Amino acid sequence: MPQRENAERKSTRPVDTAADDQAAARTTQGERKAAIDADVDAILDEIDDVLEVNAEEFVKSFVQKGGQ
Amino acid sequence: MGIETEYGITVPGVRIVNAMASSTRLVNAYARHDVRGRQRNPKWDYSEEAPLRDARGFDMTRAEADPSQLTDDDMGMANVILTNGSRFYVDHAHPEYSSPEVTCPRDAVLWDRAGVAIMRRAAEYTLDDGVDQPIVLYKNNTDNKGASYGCHENYLMSRTTPFSSIVAWMTPFFISRQIFTGSGRLGVGQEAKRFQYQISQRADFFEAEVGLETTFKRPIINTRDEPHCDPERFRRLHVIVGDANMSDTATYLKMGTTSLVLSMLESGFLAGHDMTVIESVRAMSTVSHDLTLGARLPLTGNRNWTALEMQQEFWSLASRFCEREYGSDIDPDTAQVLHEWGSVLDRLETDPMDCSDVLDWVAKYRLMQAYRERDSLEWSSPQLQAIDLQYADIRPDRGLALRLELRGQLRRMVTDEEIEHARLNAPTDTRAYFRGECLRRFPDEIAAASWDSLIFDLPGHESLVRVPTLEPSRGTKDHVGALLDRAVSAADLIDLLGS
Repeated sequence: MPQRENAERKSTRPVDTAADDQAAARTTQGERKAAIDADVDAILDEIDDVLEVNAEEFVKSFVQKGGQ
Repeated sequence: MGIETEYGITVPGVRIVNAMASSTRLVNAYARHDVRGRQRNPKWDYSEEAPLRDARGFDMTRAEADPSQLTDDDMGMANVILTNGSRFYVDHAHPEYSSPEVTCPRDAVLWDRAGVAIMRRAAEYTLDDGVDQPIVLYKNNTDNKGASYGCHENYLMSRTTPFSSIVAWMTPFFISRQIFTGSGRLGVGQEAKRFQYQISQRADFFEAEVGLETTFKRPIINTRDEPHCDPERFRRLHVIVGDANMSDTATYLKMGTTSLVLSMLESGFLAGHDMTVIESVRAMSTVSHDLTLGARLPLTGNRNWTALEMQQEFWSLASRFCEREYGSDIDPDTAQVLHEWGSVLDRLETDPMDCSDVLDWVAKYRLMQAYRERDSLEWSSPQLQAIDLQYADIRPDRGLALRLELRGQLRRMVTDEEIEHARLNAPTDTRAYFRGECLRRFPDEIAAASWDSLIFDLPGHESLVRVPTLEPSRGTKDHVGALLDRAVSAADLIDLLGS
């Protein structure tokens, strides 16, 4: 991916805060992603609990009329 | 600005659902509860709209309704105005919620979620009415069998902005914004002949660049010119390309970034720039079908840009525009839009999967991927198709997006308390305040209402009194709050307004 637009975009932010902001954002982002991944199994179990029992029939009978 | 959403509707266990009758039942049930003890329900005032629509709405409902459940009097209620300033009605065999007019993207999120709360309650109220089968609602845009229904955005613009410049700038913006506005869809093509995941629910239903249609041959830029306010001064840009979003952040970005780009356009800031996409209809699908965000679109001037690069360029322009226009006096709403927008673009560039807590298409894709890997499923499996639908189920115990929110895995921007307040109250800074407050205070004296009028039926008066509300920024709490407080009756209010 070309860096041109990206470099231009970032340069428009105040230089002193941009780097700090980004470093901080990356850290919290990493932590958040780890937390989310750890919870995946629990979510799949939950989907099992709430997913329509007969998925095939449910999907087949979801018929809508066209709208706007 | 405002958002109108048509919801998918089913009645589990019933193979052939009369969607029109079920939708009517839903609206009627809610109307009875919105103002308790109300003797009448205000009708929609069609005097400024095409008569065909009136005939279509009422006649088809009457013909299809179950007479034992829906009396003649009830029929007129299938189109009501609520105390929060919104319109709740039946349109094209779907229940539709049109939010009140708001002035910032966060309020757009809030009153959009108020709509979800209204739909959910309406479904519960139908059970009180003794209906055997519950009605289930979905905030999505397709049944994956060829039908699509919309989530439209509306933006107030100056009449002086040439429509040609709207087409030139909003087309590339709408094509590229899908990377954060998409709600995800398992299926390619209008009838989902191929089971492949794509970013947008709506992309495959667009077949024209510009046009008036909304129900077939849908255009990327819709030309409907019905401003619902002073047509000499204003235009209402009616945007039909968007997906219905479950994620607050997706709705927020959709409204906030579009509004910001329109501001740039209206100020003339974009003069001298160009981002014209060659073959824009095809580009809609190209962007939506490419989960890597790497697909290149041919632009004029021998350029080949990805949707992400186009959005980065829009962000860069918006950032310079705000710097020039506001400098350090930038208002907090605009500053937040710019920040959230830049942050999501950064995360999409690093790894789109980083956005699973803010964007619908990523959140849903992540669920499907994990489920698919655990059970070694093909993309065509009914379980994955069910996840696609149930992501948008608005019941808190069954809807997957709402379950993700409960687990803190999909970010929320508004609280339950704020949503409940917005369900019952109008925004205070637009004409929706006057509409909503009049409906609350004088429920039995309002015969009809619309976006740009209120019609009073006053005791002792021979004829109805029509109060036009053609100026969206008048009728705010600042403007009419004290007056409303002084009025002891609707007749008194009319006298005060006239004095």
